[in-house]
Amino acid sequence: MQVNLKVRRYDPETPETEPSYRNYSVEMPENATVLDTLIEVREYHDGTLSLRCSCRSAICGSCAMRINGKARLACKTQVGSLVKDGGEIVVEPAGNLPVIKDLVVDMAPFWSKVRAVDPWLKTDGPPPEREYVVPNESMAALGEVMNCIMCGACVSDCTVLEVDQSFLGPAALAKAFRFVGDPRDDAQNGRLRAYSQPSGMWDCTRCNYCVEVCPKDVKPMEQIMKLRSEAVHAGIKNNNGSRHTLSFVDLVDTNGRLDEFRLPVFTEGKFNLIGQLSYLPSAPRMLRAGKMPPIFPHKIPGVKHVKRIFKYFEQNRTKAGEGSLH
Amino acid sequence: MAVFQHDVLIIGAGLAGMRAGLAAQAEGVDVAIISKVHPVRSHSNAAQGGINAAVDVDDTWEDHAYDTVKGSDYLGDQDAIEVLCSEAGGEVITMEHMGVIFHRDETGHLGSRAFGGQQRARTYFVGDITGQALLHVMYEQLIKHGLRIYEEWFVLDLIVEDGMSKGAVAMDIRTGQVHVIAAKTVIVATGGAGRVYEPSTNALICTGDGIAQAYRAGALCMDMEMVQFHPTTLKGSGVLITEGARGEGAYLLNGAGERFMEKYAPNMMELASRDVVSRAEQTEINEGRGVDGCVFLDMRHLGMDVIRERLWQIREIGIDFAGVDIVTDPIPILPGMHYIMGGIKTDVWGRTNIPGLYAAGETACVSVHGANRLGANSLLDTIVFGKRSGMDAAVRVRTENITLPSDDRYAQAAEKKLAAILAKPMTEDRIAHVRMEMGRTMNTKVQVFRQEDEIKSALDDIKALKKRYETVGVESKGKVFNTDLLFNVELGYMLDVAEMVCVSAIERKESRGAHTRLDFPTRDDANWLHHITCSYSASGPQLGKAPVTITQWEPEERKY
Repeated sequence: MQVNLKVRRYDPETPETEPSYRNYSVEMPENATVLDTLIEVREYHDGTLSLRCSCRSAICGSCAMRINGKARLACKTQVGSLVKDGGEIVVEPAGNLPVIKDLVVDMAPFWSKVRAVDPWLKTDGPPPEREYVVPNESMAALGEVMNCIMCGACVSDCTVLEVDQSFLGPAALAKAFRFVGDPRDDAQNGRLRAYSQPSGMWDCTRCNYCVEVCPKDVKPMEQIMKLRSEAVHAGIKNNNGSRHTLSFVDLVDTNGRLDEFRLPVFTEGKFNLIGQLSYLPSAPRMLRAGKMPPIFPHKIPGVKHVKRIFKYFEQNRTKAGEGSLH
Repeated sequence: MAVFQHDVLIIGAGLAGMRAGLAAQAEGVDVAIISKVHPVRSHSNAAQGGINAAVDVDDTWEDHAYDTVKGSDYLGDQDAIEVLCSEAGGEVITMEHMGVIFHRDETGHLGSRAFGGQQRARTYFVGDITGQALLHVMYEQLIKHGLRIYEEWFVLDLIVEDGMSKGAVAMDIRTGQVHVIAAKTVIVATGGAGRVYEPSTNALICTGDGIAQAYRAGALCMDMEMVQFHPTTLKGSGVLITEGARGEGAYLLNGAGERFMEKYAPNMMELASRDVVSRAEQTEINEGRGVDGCVFLDMRHLGMDVIRERLWQIREIGIDFAGVDIVTDPIPILPGMHYIMGGIKTDVWGRTNIPGLYAAGETACVSVHGANRLGANSLLDTIVFGKRSGMDAAVRVRTENITLPSDDRYAQAAEKKLAAILAKPMTEDRIAHVRMEMGRTMNTKVQVFRQEDEIKSALDDIKALKKRYETVGVESKGKVFNTDLLFNVELGYMLDVAEMVCVSAIERKESRGAHTRLDFPTRDDANWLHHITCSYSASGPQLGKAPVTITQWEPEERKY
């Protein structure tokens, strides 16, 4: 079948250093992947095309790139699943990272964030003579994060990183959970404290893009949620994210509905006048748009039924094992 | 052009390279690792099934060693195998202490699975991603210990001065700048040479760089005819399906639905050693009982729970790369080039015949695998001999007085060579054409079943391809990330390795392990119980012999 690629090219060495698109049209077998096609291009049509690839079997993580606008592994993306009848496939470098050349991005920011979470097992005291004895369930619980091949697809499409490059990001935070969730690691508290800092676990906006694009089903956002749960249960609550979560729950428990006036107040901290005042500039705009929440909370009729739901989960929390891994 | 200096320079950041780095650093010397890809992209990550060790209370390393010796068809050096197996338990525990998330049994201890060629289960694993798991943990340790790494630097030449290894010349791929990295010892851990064959299970980066460079620098290579064909690879792409599937109970079926291993290895069936299984499959296919050049791996009876817990990656592979769901259908497979038992000859401390030059991992030939490697012994090999090379390199640094080159003349020489390649005009004949022909020739004429006239024809083909290689041009002339230029250099390495494989395969006139000669179908200990070595000369590899070390296990007939 004929495959038409539109590939973003960038050569830092040529005078017109603006990135541009080049079209390639190649004949490929029916079950060809995007990587097969790119390799065909660089081997027989345009040897100047640079990309990273190695294993061709979705385990090395080299070939993450944006294909038709979404981050994927090129080796795992069948051409046939993207287009029918020679439609165009747009291939661009992974997002949120500087481009070195063509489809090759600078992964240095990615790796520095991975390093920032202290990604190694920390144990107190000498190791046992043989293996640490741990139940298989606790090892299996780390199965999702173990699948991570550090390809960067999640980082490429993370919507927070688009606007805030200081965010640790889904890959580093998923890696962080791999240690928090490991019963052999003795540094959980220190880790959770560190990851609860600004630009850490609480900066995720839960857009779910990382979960959608991950080629290995790591579900980074879910791992971040587990980190949040662990942090709150460990009593690390002195941050906006934690306060937001806890006061959200409290306000719904109290009123049967969200009290959107008090939520930002409690999020910033009841005594944090400066933080609360930072919302003031929005007030006139909200009033004009008719979006100002009621200053006095309205309890819904039947709020006692809502309270019963909350009580049920309080009492059954330990049974479900929710949030507690140890 | 800068000149960097280190005590120990390790080329390759796979399992062997990183393990060597940690071991050398623990001895207090200055270590640097150089890799043409980021460490976690190294091909170690593709190993799936597990790592062998006699860890169980009722297992002994001697039993593991015997299985390995027999698996090697008695070509393995038994002193080296004794080292491998006696240190295995300690190394696996060390890996677990570093954080590897091994599978556990009901008591919370390390749990094992059965694997090919072994009389009991002693393969420790992480799902079906053991290589990836170990590699990532090794990288974590690299970060923890702050090891220096030249990431995405490509070694162009080894530096040998005064008969000693003194470092390497390498290009920073991102800038195209060529530098000298001088070092008192060099450990070559660049992996195998799978891309010499087409198809292969190996990654595109497995181009035999270190083997060829060491060979050209005067190191002896050994057992180059011993190429392993993994029994379960996908047609076309060559992607690997782990032996672990058979370890969990998968069946091999021919086109008629028969478990044909009954005829070839009635005791161990699907878990006979790899060469036996590959020959069985190829025979079934050649004799018309295959379908479309394949036989089938059937996992339907294993059930979703086992597959979900232990074989999840290969279910994904089946769906993504073969359009088959192993839960509901048997998957077509055939033998595919997978591993090279041969490599740079070393002793049990990783030393080559060049002082200061070490080798470890698939690049090296100690030999622990002899004529056939057991599954899950390669991960073990990388760790045990990676560590030992690192340790011994550190000892050499502390005990020898070595002056390092301080000027950049080696870099200038390398730059001249690169300039000459870039100056060649573009022709119709491209690097890819030469490479594909090499791969197809090797995969047709030097495959599971071999005979003299075919291998000789392959050797002629390789020689002709070497001539063509002199004239193929490089299209990309840039400095930044010029992969086109690197592919040209890699092709040169692959052709050297292919030549050694052919020459050695012609020489060994018997069948042993993975080397099966239709014209010499039996094993001939009287004449051939020795290693075949290759050393570099301008007219091609010069053959030699090296004895096989036998300690406890006299060669006997090999049946599964």
